[in-house]
Amino acid sequence: MMRHLETIAIPVGAVAVSLVLFGVFITIAGANPLEVFASIYRGAFGSWFAWQDTLVRAAPLMLTALCTALPARAGLIVIGGEGAVVVGGFCAALVGIVLNGVLPPLLVISSMVLVGALAGGIWVGAAGALRHYRGVNETISSLLLNYIAIALLNFFVVGVLKDPATLNKPSTFPIGDANMIGAIGESSIHWGLGYGIIVCVALWFLMRRTTFGFGVDVVGGNVRAAQLTGLPVGRLIVSACVLGGAAAGIAGMIEVAAVHGRANTSLNAGYGYAGILVAFLARHNPIAIIPVAILLGGIRASSGVLQRAHDLPDATTLVLQGLIFVLILASEALYGRIPWLQPKAPPKEQPVMQAKEQPKEQPA
Amino acid sequence: MNGEEVGLIGILFAVLGGAIRVGTPFLFVSLGECLTERSGRINLGLEGNLVMGAMLAYGISYISGSPWLGVLAAAGAGSLLGLVHALLCQQPRVNDIAVGIALMLFGTGLAFFWGKPFIQPTAPHLPAISLGGWSDMPALRAALEINVLFIIGIILAPALAWFFRTSRWGLNVRCVGESTEAALAMGLKVNRVRLLSTMVGGALAGVGGSFLSLYYPGSWNEGLSSGQGLMAVALVIFARWDPVKCVYASLLFGGAAALGPALQSVGVTWGYYLFNAAPYVLTLAIMIATSSAKRRLPGMPGVFSNVK
Amino acid sequence: MKRRTFLKGLASVGVMGAMGEFGISGAFAADKVKMGFIYVGPRDDYGYNQAHFEGKSAVAKQDWIKAFDEENVPETIEVIKTMESMINLDGAQVLFPTSFGYFPHILKIAEKYPKVMFLHCGGLYDASKHPKNVGSYFGYIDEPVYLSGIVAGHMSKTGKLGYIAAIPIPQVLRNINNFMIGARSVNPKATCNVVFTGGWANPVKEAESANSMVDQGIDVLTCHVDSPKVVVETAEKRGVMCCGYHTNQATLAPKGFLTGAEWNWSKVYADYAAMIKDGKTIPNLVRGGIKEGIVKSSPYGASVSEKAKKHADEVRAKFMDGSMVVYKGPIKDNKGAIVIPAGKEYKQTDIWLESMDWLVEGVVGTTKS
Repeated sequence: MMRHLETIAIPVGAVAVSLVLFGVFITIAGANPLEVFASIYRGAFGSWFAWQDTLVRAAPLMLTALCTALPARAGLIVIGGEGAVVVGGFCAALVGIVLNGVLPPLLVISSMVLVGALAGGIWVGAAGALRHYRGVNETISSLLLNYIAIALLNFFVVGVLKDPATLNKPSTFPIGDANMIGAIGESSIHWGLGYGIIVCVALWFLMRRTTFGFGVDVVGGNVRAAQLTGLPVGRLIVSACVLGGAAAGIAGMIEVAAVHGRANTSLNAGYGYAGILVAFLARHNPIAIIPVAILLGGIRASSGVLQRAHDLPDATTLVLQGLIFVLILASEALYGRIPWLQPKAPPKEQPVMQAKEQPKEQPA
Repeated sequence: MNGEEVGLIGILFAVLGGAIRVGTPFLFVSLGECLTERSGRINLGLEGNLVMGAMLAYGISYISGSPWLGVLAAAGAGSLLGLVHALLCQQPRVNDIAVGIALMLFGTGLAFFWGKPFIQPTAPHLPAISLGGWSDMPALRAALEINVLFIIGIILAPALAWFFRTSRWGLNVRCVGESTEAALAMGLKVNRVRLLSTMVGGALAGVGGSFLSLYYPGSWNEGLSSGQGLMAVALVIFARWDPVKCVYASLLFGGAAALGPALQSVGVTWGYYLFNAAPYVLTLAIMIATSSAKRRLPGMPGVFSNVK
Repeated sequence: MKRRTFLKGLASVGVMGAMGEFGISGAFAADKVKMGFIYVGPRDDYGYNQAHFEGKSAVAKQDWIKAFDEENVPETIEVIKTMESMINLDGAQVLFPTSFGYFPHILKIAEKYPKVMFLHCGGLYDASKHPKNVGSYFGYIDEPVYLSGIVAGHMSKTGKLGYIAAIPIPQVLRNINNFMIGARSVNPKATCNVVFTGGWANPVKEAESANSMVDQGIDVLTCHVDSPKVVVETAEKRGVMCCGYHTNQATLAPKGFLTGAEWNWSKVYADYAAMIKDGKTIPNLVRGGIKEGIVKSSPYGASVSEKAKKHADEVRAKFMDGSMVVYKGPIKDNKGAIVIPAGKEYKQTDIWLESMDWLVEGVVGTTKS
């Protein structure tokens, strides 16, 4: 238990400090920080309604966060979640349209999940492969792939694949009401949340309990060491990227199957970029992504209340997210430095992602 | 306006003019990133500097009436964000790319938050110099309407190249970027060199932003940047960390971005989404074509090379 | 045409029209009327969203109204949550989700909140399909755009006009066609180039399009994007004329501004508020043009000739008395096919016009992506 103290205390402390800074910022902007915090709480977690709001917003973030988290475990910084959402959602919609009425809904939905995951996986996997086999910087290539994915989506949705009935909001044909993913019980939360949690747990298991996960972590720790031990480095890197992209692709599929019923330009709603933040806050641990995504979903859910109750602009929550992000990253420096948080006999709990960059002042 | 048919040659002028107009922000951000990366750090957050610079330049220009004061403020804000980046990244285990993404979010958030009052007003713009007075073709004259900032950028690029090649400080930057250990052995203050490089780089990105809001397109709003700050980081890679090549890369990029609208305005109306994606496809293609897993990229600062 | 009858019917009430209706209890009158407004972009974009925000600000001045709003709400599940949040946390009784793409999301929750009115800006309401607490309102902004076209036709020296538009959807295409038909009613040889930027807010591409068009000898620019500020300012900088859109942009181009098409949402929202206060039934469908005061033209710029003003004013009078028909055959599309045969005419309220997927003769551009 002791060895987890640090991994919990430091992020919680960083969030606390960023909240204080945010309070100062809000005060300067002319609002009462305590009232603003109360509103954030009310909008995010203050009632069953607020909880539903928060959870619905958290669902896609869980999946898109994995798109940054898994490659990060292998030492790559991928920001291609947005593109994977778009490509996954679009391809899933195409499958849904073709199979609508041909197969029973269960099979249609399964095929959509599969194809969405495959498309997202290939998309991000390409960035991983380019990195390993051609030395192309994966951060930049995944960013470029986002722009390209969005352009392709627009091209098809506004053009050849447009349902003429969707007059002023160009979209593809619908996947059919029978193939939609419904809500959980009586709530207004769709089953996308379930997909998110299941995928997070499954990938946590994969990363923590299998040799594959171990191998990825070794590669992320030190590529050369991994090569010396005979690990299939390329395959591990590309697989981590494919898995991450697949998760984001499923997020796109859920947007189609639970929200829009078709593919349209609203697939490109920024979930991929928000996922980057979630992944880093969760320190690339798939199971930690779940609570962090809920926290972020809550902050985003409270944006409306801040606008309405305090006349603050929508960018307020952007500032808060930015502050939290910066401070969480800064807090990385504290690991192992706060004496009373250290376990007696320190087990090697290396922050995976940072290990590669660690020897800052040494030759690389 | 004499209404003569300019037709296809018009595309040429539009792309030429567009290369300069659209390319200038790319030029400043990529020069800034070039300097930062040559010192051995990647600042992916220059998009935040760009947006912040654009907002602040516009706001200050509006309040003070002096666009140049706005440019100065943009540079100041940019260097401040650069300072934060540098201070965070010199801590152990703090990842520079991640900090960049975080600061991008933070910078754009602040800019949007403070920028609300400046969306409506019209601020004084930066002046332009007409180099096309000799021509009686309005299209060519317009293309040669050159902003002072572009000229500064064009001068800055070879100056920066000279700085790297011959000046003592430039040598220090290169040395720090080449090998941390060697630099330390030489008695260089590695962190300070990187801090200054990141601050100056951040300031240049801020100036790039001021070009967007104070000249072209010349107004402040939240959709002003469509990722120019991020793309400039990619530009540096394919400019091989060479400031002079950054100029060519920026112009190429600006031209590619201008191609879509130019083609449409002469009636080539199909596939504009694909034409609009051209700069991204182009960058990716060039990166794939020129990279290699085996060898270090020519010009790449040594600390980035993790040859497997 | 059903809609025309209701238009007449409502003229007596002083507003525009009712098709299906649903009762609003007078109970609201005791308490403040709570109205929630949702925008897809920033409140102050000098364009579409600002036009709605100005409408909201106007009604918010009434002391018996509590109006609140939220900006930058995407057309995803987030708008559902925003609406529900306004209902559950702020007690909203009337919601105005102002973006077109919000409509499917409204339908998903409208039945869950039967006491709340969902009034969507876009005109998609269909009494046979949609719940009674949903309604639509929209303005025929293409009428003032037609007038802009007339003025542009008079003022252009090259006969070449330019239209910078976001994406080829019916609303946009109808504006482009109205502009062209208006201009050609003056100068039958006029042409209009169209550039689709592919998005509602992309300032650099808008400026680049404007520059390219001016390079091609185009001397009047107009646009249909969320914020026309950049296009109008670029036109002024390049010394060509321009027509505004969404709100009044005259101050941005003191030399070249001709006129523009504006929304007048404050009137629409004030009418709704008054109806609620008086306990009247709210019409499910409210539409109208210049005559009903939902849209208007911006005041003429200094450079507009007397002849152009006179012509536009004459046509405006015809819009006012209802005798003006823009889509009167024969009309060819820009591929040469006859879309409206001679003798056939489509009145402003005709639903057929709302699925427009063609560009009229003289327009250089295509509706394909």
